[in-house]
Amino acid sequence: MAMFSLFKKKKEYPKFWTDYQNKFKTNPPETIEENSFVVFDTETTGLDLKKDRILSIGALKVQGKTIEVANIFERYINQSTFNPETVAIHGIIKNDLNPNTTEEDAIIEFLEYIGNSVLVAHHIAFDVGMINKVLHRMGLPRLKNKTLDTMLLYRASRINSNLIDKERNYSLDELAENLNISLKDRHTAAGDAYITAIAFLKIVSRVSNQKNGRLKDLIRLNR
Amino acid sequence: MKNTIAERIADFLKRFPPFDLLKPHQLLEIAQQVKVIYKQKGEYVFQQGTQGHELFYVVHKGAVAIEKTENDQVRTLDKCDEGDAFGLRPLFANEHYKISAIVEEESVLYAIPIETFKPLIKRNYRVGQFLIESFASNTRNPYSREHRGKLYTEEEDQEEITPELFELQPVKFVKNLISCNKGDPVSEVAKMMSKRKVGSILVLENQIPVGIVTDKDIRNTIAVGKYPIDVAVEKIMTSPVICYQKGLTIAQAQVAMIKHKISHLCITKDGTPNTKAIGIVSEHDIIVSQGNNPAALIKAIKRANKSKSLRAIRERVMHLLSGYIRQNIPMTHVSKIIFELNDATIKRVIERSLEKMNEHPPVKFAWMSLGSQGRKEQLLHTDQDNAIIFQDVPESELEATKAYFIKLAKIANKSLYTIGFDYCPADMMARNPSWCLPLSQWKDQFEDWMVNPENEDILLCSIFFDYDISYGDVHLTNQLADHIFQLSENNQIFLAAMASVSLRSPSPLGFFRQFLIESNGEHKDFFDLKKRALMPITDAGRVLILHHKIKNINNTAERFEKLASLEPQNSELYLSCSYTAKALLKFRTKQGLMHKDTGRFIALDALSKEERIKLKRCFKTISEVQELIKLRFKVSSFI
Repeated sequence: MAMFSLFKKKKEYPKFWTDYQNKFKTNPPETIEENSFVVFDTETTGLDLKKDRILSIGALKVQGKTIEVANIFERYINQSTFNPETVAIHGIIKNDLNPNTTEEDAIIEFLEYIGNSVLVAHHIAFDVGMINKVLHRMGLPRLKNKTLDTMLLYRASRINSNLIDKERNYSLDELAENLNISLKDRHTAAGDAYITAIAFLKIVSRVSNQKNGRLKDLIRLNR
Repeated sequence: MKNTIAERIADFLKRFPPFDLLKPHQLLEIAQQVKVIYKQKGEYVFQQGTQGHELFYVVHKGAVAIEKTENDQVRTLDKCDEGDAFGLRPLFANEHYKISAIVEEESVLYAIPIETFKPLIKRNYRVGQFLIESFASNTRNPYSREHRGKLYTEEEDQEEITPELFELQPVKFVKNLISCNKGDPVSEVAKMMSKRKVGSILVLENQIPVGIVTDKDIRNTIAVGKYPIDVAVEKIMTSPVICYQKGLTIAQAQVAMIKHKISHLCITKDGTPNTKAIGIVSEHDIIVSQGNNPAALIKAIKRANKSKSLRAIRERVMHLLSGYIRQNIPMTHVSKIIFELNDATIKRVIERSLEKMNEHPPVKFAWMSLGSQGRKEQLLHTDQDNAIIFQDVPESELEATKAYFIKLAKIANKSLYTIGFDYCPADMMARNPSWCLPLSQWKDQFEDWMVNPENEDILLCSIFFDYDISYGDVHLTNQLADHIFQLSENNQIFLAAMASVSLRSPSPLGFFRQFLIESNGEHKDFFDLKKRALMPITDAGRVLILHHKIKNINNTAERFEKLASLEPQNSELYLSCSYTAKALLKFRTKQGLMHKDTGRFIALDALSKEERIKLKRCFKTISEVQELIKLRFKVSSFI
């Protein structure tokens, strides 16, 4: 049987995954204005993709420069791996009062929430990596969405000057300081997602000033 | 489900009327339905004559101007900033907007759906009342009228006072009385006066004014030794107090002051010294209320206690500037006045930043303004370029000392930003650790730049030749300046490199005497006035004046005037350079005021024929002086 399943070309995926997959059959709109972006952040037990787990996911949708507060995604995940050290940073305690959910349910809901939107996060490789790890544990492939990293976009938005180290990494705090965004609710997933979203909007206005800025151009800057 | 963002929005809204009248759960309910909208400068939120939105707006960050167009005239009715609600018409009437809302600076708005909000108005009479009043009076905050007695900078006036009738306006008086008791020792009273920065203090007994003490009283009694310093204040106070009723006109107040030879009047409930004191009018306040004259503005700046008030003053400085430009006041004069006002603002910001630090500076330091402010050419709200230089300390204390000054710089840079000086895109600001150094490290830095100059280094240090000390110890900057001049003396390589940099933007006119416009990027098809005209003339002035080892003249026009007297054979060219520098600056200022930006990029098709000819004449001068530099410094080998 094991041998057989190796040769089996197409694996049977659960319905939520095929639903998610099917959303990618249509191409995204060309302009930035028409596109929908999901800006998100994960709080985790640590920085190790293998060992650490997601504590919470905060996400919000940006479309036409607008965020609808009613449509914000915020999930706290029950922990099987629990690292007491990170509680000090994020203030999320195991079995906190927040209504918790399982890792699996959170991801299923997250997939439904994001659909085929472009994903945006600060140092997105890590957040997408964390989610892909969960998907992997669930026996599923990786996320299919296009991604944008606010760190890379910010770097691209800075002027060309020998005074600025082009390889430098910018933390979310530095971004917020330079773009004049208040740092309230820092270190909650939703709060960080919100800061990232405002930063994203400000950066986009700086790198693409024309009315019909195209998504392609943003993705090209994202290097 | 928990919604951190809704909580954050509710937290914000509850600080402002009418939301402060709502219960927490009602607020949260609204906050959950808010749409957060980001708008760039110059975008409309809505336009006059368009269908009302199903939303009204509250400014979270930024500023929005409310404008009305009548007979092709655009009038700004109001400016909304943090916490102000606007676009209320759809709440009350299903009509088209009668005003436009245009974003004045990058803003984040909270849009509240009317459907969610309407039921609350019905249930809460006061909320509805507030909004109707705001809406009807076109002022965002009907209560603001009551606060009008305060220093004018704290509340923007709704309508401009017509100059003819100015004297007949009721006088504004300070309600926040600073007072003391008869028995208080003079030393304490004087301390309080210094702390509150006032020139007079009322002596009250059961709220009734029994006397007044001014700076002059203290001078004429204590300072001349008539009484010891801790004598009771009643011994030196002037009594009785000259009192008036409120509603006194400015003209009356001025006459009363002249008549009684005093500089302060007390306002009491019925105008006699026998009732409760409710306010005080000082000569200072009257001068200030006369509005946009430089003396009044300087006074207001020195007394400002909030970045917000400084910002309001800056707006008035801009009014003053546009008035000067309209009236064709000579640019030399305009630059100097605006420089002084900017300088006072920066000084005040640093003073206030120092107050915010818990400790005194560990050693002496100087705050340098670089670039255009250093050259006294910063007229519009352009970027801030600054640096800190502090006294050398032992190696072991360096880190802590530097940390102190960076912290100070962070506060100051941020306040300057709030007031309207944008962050420098190249990070050339004191909060950047590379621009906050002890004297010896600055010296090393310059040595590094100047002994083996590479083009990029020259660019860096060129800004530093145009610095002005804004605050702190002038010895530090002088030592640095001396060091730099020593290094540049007979340093032909350095001067040649500097000359070549000054030629990096070639003549702004193309082969067919066309304007060279930007061929790509955000400003495609615009003419870059700064890069192609202002920078070349500024650079030229700098390298030529350095060649003559002249220091302490930073202004480009003045540099060329000096050059004209040093080199009579070229005086004609230099004088026309001086004229060009002023003309270009004026041109930029005009453009900037017109478009409410930095005036750097110009749409050529928007220029009149006359303006184009003037500009071309300036460019001719620039290419001539560039030729002179090429020959003098034998630059060709460097290019």
